[in-house]
Amino acid sequence: MNGETDITGADGVPDPVTADLRLSVNGVPRPVTVDTRETLLDTLREHLGLTGAKKGCDHGQCGACTVLVDGRRALSCLTLTVTADDVEIVTVEGLADGDALHPLQAAFIENDALQCGYCTPGQLCSAAGALAEAADGWPSAVTPDLSAPPRLDETEIRERMSGNLCRCGAYPGIVAAVGQVAR
Amino acid sequence: MTEELDAGLVAGRIAESDQMSEPSAEREMGRARRRKEDARLVTGRTMWTDNIQLPGMLYVAFLRSPMAHARITGVNVSAARSRPGVVAAYSGRDLAGEQGSLPCAWPVTEDIVIPDHPPMAVDEVRYPGEAVACVVATDRYRAADALEAIAVDYEPLDPVLDMTEALAEGAPKVHEAGNRAFTWKFAGGDIDAAFRDAPVVIDRTYVQQRLIPTAMEPRAVVATTDGDGFTLYSATQIPHVLRVMLAMTTGIPEHKLRVVAPDVGGGFGSKLQVTAEEVLALLLARRLGRPVKWTESRSEGNLTVHHGRDQLQRIAVAADRDGRIRGVRVELLADMGAYLMLVTPGVPLLGAFMYNGIYKMDAYDFTCTGVFTTKMPTDAYRGAGRPEATFAIERAVDELAHELGIDPVEVRRRNWITREEFPYTTIAGLTYDSGDYEAATEKALAMFGYDELRAEQADRRERRDPVQLGIGVSTYTEMCGLAPSRVLGSLSYGAGGWEHAAVRLLPTGKVEVVTGTSPHGQGHETAWSQIAADALGVPFEDVSVLHGDTSVAHRGMDTYGSRSLVVGGVAVLAACEKVKERARELAAHLMEASADDVEFDGGRFRVRGTDEGRTIQELALAAFAAHDLPGGFEPRLDAEATFDPDNFSFPHGTHLCAVEVDTETGRCAIRSYVAVDDVGSVVNPLIVEGQVHGGIAQGVGQALFEEAVHDADGNLVTTTMADYLIPSAADLPEFTTGRTETPATSNPLGVKGVGEAGTIASTPAVVNAITDALRPYGVRDVRMPCTPERIWRALAEAEAAVPGQAPATGPAPAAVPGFAPVPTHGSTPGAAPPPAPASEPIRGFVAPATSESAPEGGAR
Ligand code: FES
Ligand code: FES
Repeated sequence: MNGETDITGADGVPDPVTADLRLSVNGVPRPVTVDTRETLLDTLREHLGLTGAKKGCDHGQCGACTVLVDGRRALSCLTLTVTADDVEIVTVEGLADGDALHPLQAAFIENDALQCGYCTPGQLCSAAGALAEAADGWPSAVTPDLSAPPRLDETEIRERMSGNLCRCGAYPGIVAAVGQVAR
Repeated sequence: MTEELDAGLVAGRIAESDQMSEPSAEREMGRARRRKEDARLVTGRTMWTDNIQLPGMLYVAFLRSPMAHARITGVNVSAARSRPGVVAAYSGRDLAGEQGSLPCAWPVTEDIVIPDHPPMAVDEVRYPGEAVACVVATDRYRAADALEAIAVDYEPLDPVLDMTEALAEGAPKVHEAGNRAFTWKFAGGDIDAAFRDAPVVIDRTYVQQRLIPTAMEPRAVVATTDGDGFTLYSATQIPHVLRVMLAMTTGIPEHKLRVVAPDVGGGFGSKLQVTAEEVLALLLARRLGRPVKWTESRSEGNLTVHHGRDQLQRIAVAADRDGRIRGVRVELLADMGAYLMLVTPGVPLLGAFMYNGIYKMDAYDFTCTGVFTTKMPTDAYRGAGRPEATFAIERAVDELAHELGIDPVEVRRRNWITREEFPYTTIAGLTYDSGDYEAATEKALAMFGYDELRAEQADRRERRDPVQLGIGVSTYTEMCGLAPSRVLGSLSYGAGGWEHAAVRLLPTGKVEVVTGTSPHGQGHETAWSQIAADALGVPFEDVSVLHGDTSVAHRGMDTYGSRSLVVGGVAVLAACEKVKERARELAAHLMEASADDVEFDGGRFRVRGTDEGRTIQELALAAFAAHDLPGGFEPRLDAEATFDPDNFSFPHGTHLCAVEVDTETGRCAIRSYVAVDDVGSVVNPLIVEGQVHGGIAQGVGQALFEEAVHDADGNLVTTTMADYLIPSAADLPEFTTGRTETPATSNPLGVKGVGEAGTIASTPAVVNAITDALRPYGVRDVRMPCTPERIWRALAEAEAAVPGQAPATGPAPAAVPGFAPVPTHGSTPGAAPPPAPASEPIRGFVAPATSESAPEGGAR
């Protein structure tokens, strides 16, 4: 605001710059107009009524906001919505197939992988992403043999899920649930 | 029964419908039921406070003090008011006439100093992050943006950061009345006699670092009014306590205020509070006549959610040479922070009765001074006082074992209350009703492979392996099931410790359980359903549990202190029993029998010795239809019950931890962890397991990772999750858990509580293991959190103090192998001088922090 461009409103505060986007969320087209500064997390929660993804930190440090963007996990608090045009976004609300739970959702219940459940949507999306990464042969920091396809043992799962914090400490159940689906 | 109702009537149609259930004789108690709560939670069909959107809702943002301590000489909010979308902006002074003072419900002594605590600072800020002004706007971004336009003039004052300095003559004052909030004492037995001529005295000072509870769900509040009454939605553990406290603080009549705790994402004590933001949200809704919402950011939360622990503990243990403990003396400084919040001063008192642990002794002496500093107030955090106490005694007992050359498990065995001695009244005056420390310890040792690990440890010491193995032992008990109201009264607490439940049978035989507990991850909907299903003989699926809304659950004391099952679950059982008695009376009437002849089994009331019977569902319908009731019988099968326990419950257990410590880098990794807990009878082993896991994770967090750090000016520097580290999956090992079971005798379910057990036991187990690994190097303590840097420094300092001790460079250490006393650690009068200091000097008490004090006739 050094006077180079006039983006300021009458009161000296910049007027928001908006963009019209064609988001696709959980298989449904969701056209929205957003402030270009807005994060995907806020768009989902505040404008699209999809409150499954959680804001645990807004800084990329907790994983609670994890969603899938074209099948890969993404921290929606660090993703600007304007970058999500023309991609397929899946949130926790879109994991189940109608009334049939996603295998990870069923495994989370079966293995008691949650307590308060606040981190859970992020854990689930992250786990779905982690399984896809492993299936595509992506190694992690603890993969012993980079030339072989990764085997999702407990150490691998703990490492691959380490970006999703759970203060309730439901990790044993989370690791077991992800392991069960990986097999 | 059903044939007695005309199918044309409503009741008749209900009787014919598939809504009517059959009774269930399947036993639910002890069954690993998957949780009823989970299907909602894994699909995102949840209602967290921040999800709530109301028509016309406004958003609140707070401007917070960038200083630890300053006088406010001016606040100008007028520029903020003209920012786009801003509806209102206020300073603390603007609200001074109506904001009241945040309550402290636990004035622990007669002369305690309870400073005025305005929700928004008016004249002075006393901790970093204290709210000084607020903006209310049409969306949260505009509210946040407008904060920039508020001008505040501060006149900096000296921060007060160190408790010992705070108590010194001439120290800068947090409040006019001085920095000492209270001194509270407890004594049992003749402490001077216990210490007089004691052959061994272990005298240590431990730092319980300040912790940030870090529930994953940040706090959020929505307040709304219809012009007459108010509804407050809050991410709280205590809707009922909050309602009465908010009524008293704001002047809104209690019956005009409804408090709702929707889905709440973890608490761990941090949401056991009456917060400034809750009060202010109500005031703003009242002023503006519109719904308002505030949701904190993580950094805001790290600053202003009450902190936990922060105590400086000096503990002295007097013992005989065979390891028998004669007495324990504890001097505590407890950092209150800048104000006394809901139970701030009571937290150290909850530990006061636990420093004697599971041990017998002749005398015990406890003194605690609460100290004001310019930091966020402390208050309950998982375990609240009891983890601190257990840490101190379990660390000190380990030191005693080492001092005497006795295995740490053996020293504990020589002192603990034996299974035959229950019920046992401790030196702290509590009566432990049941327990079996022998069984829990034997089981833990076997699961852990204790002897094999000791052998490996000896081998690594022998080989001077740079990666050393340490084995940590921690036994514990805790006073749970808070609490007998009469005890709370004797400790000057402002309320009782009962819990309430209502149970109602609906016309179709389905059951609603209304509980005064307020779950936020503990699975009460599942566990209470199991209790009710067993008591009434109805299917588990037929029970709904209602909670967390003062207009639905009208009486309650909420959820904290491992109390919900032990007090609230028992209240559910008691209400079910009352319902059953009413149903029995009705059954007797319908079957023309005497109530004494009607027996109940698996949901069916039967006349003794006949086939004639009625199901509980049939009776529910009969009560609803009310066509044929005994004289004076009200047409309902429901009941309420309030349970106030006679005694605390005392879960206990033995935790064992093996760590590998790299002596070259300071890196520490937990290799194995075994927890055997006795939590009494178990309603749902799955939930118990989860609580133990979560507790251990938090206790390990304190031992290895977590600390709220302030800089020299008093700024909190750990305001993000990258600075304040809570453990991730990759930071923790797999835990091996086991249980032993001695039922509590203080309640009919035999339950003891489990929410805090893991946190209490795990911290000392881990630090004892680290110390054990490093003993051959002359390291006698590592201050928490035991980061690689602290471990590395402890090693370097020990090496500098006694060169040549480190086995990697010098001769094999004296302590290898086994438990021969280390000669340099003498405590016999006239023995060698005190050895190496702890890794960081501890400011505080006068005596050397880590040296044995030779006996001095009981005086320090
Ligand atoms: S909210 Fe996105 S990582 Fe925490
Ligand atoms: S289940 Fe509560 S934070 Fe993970």
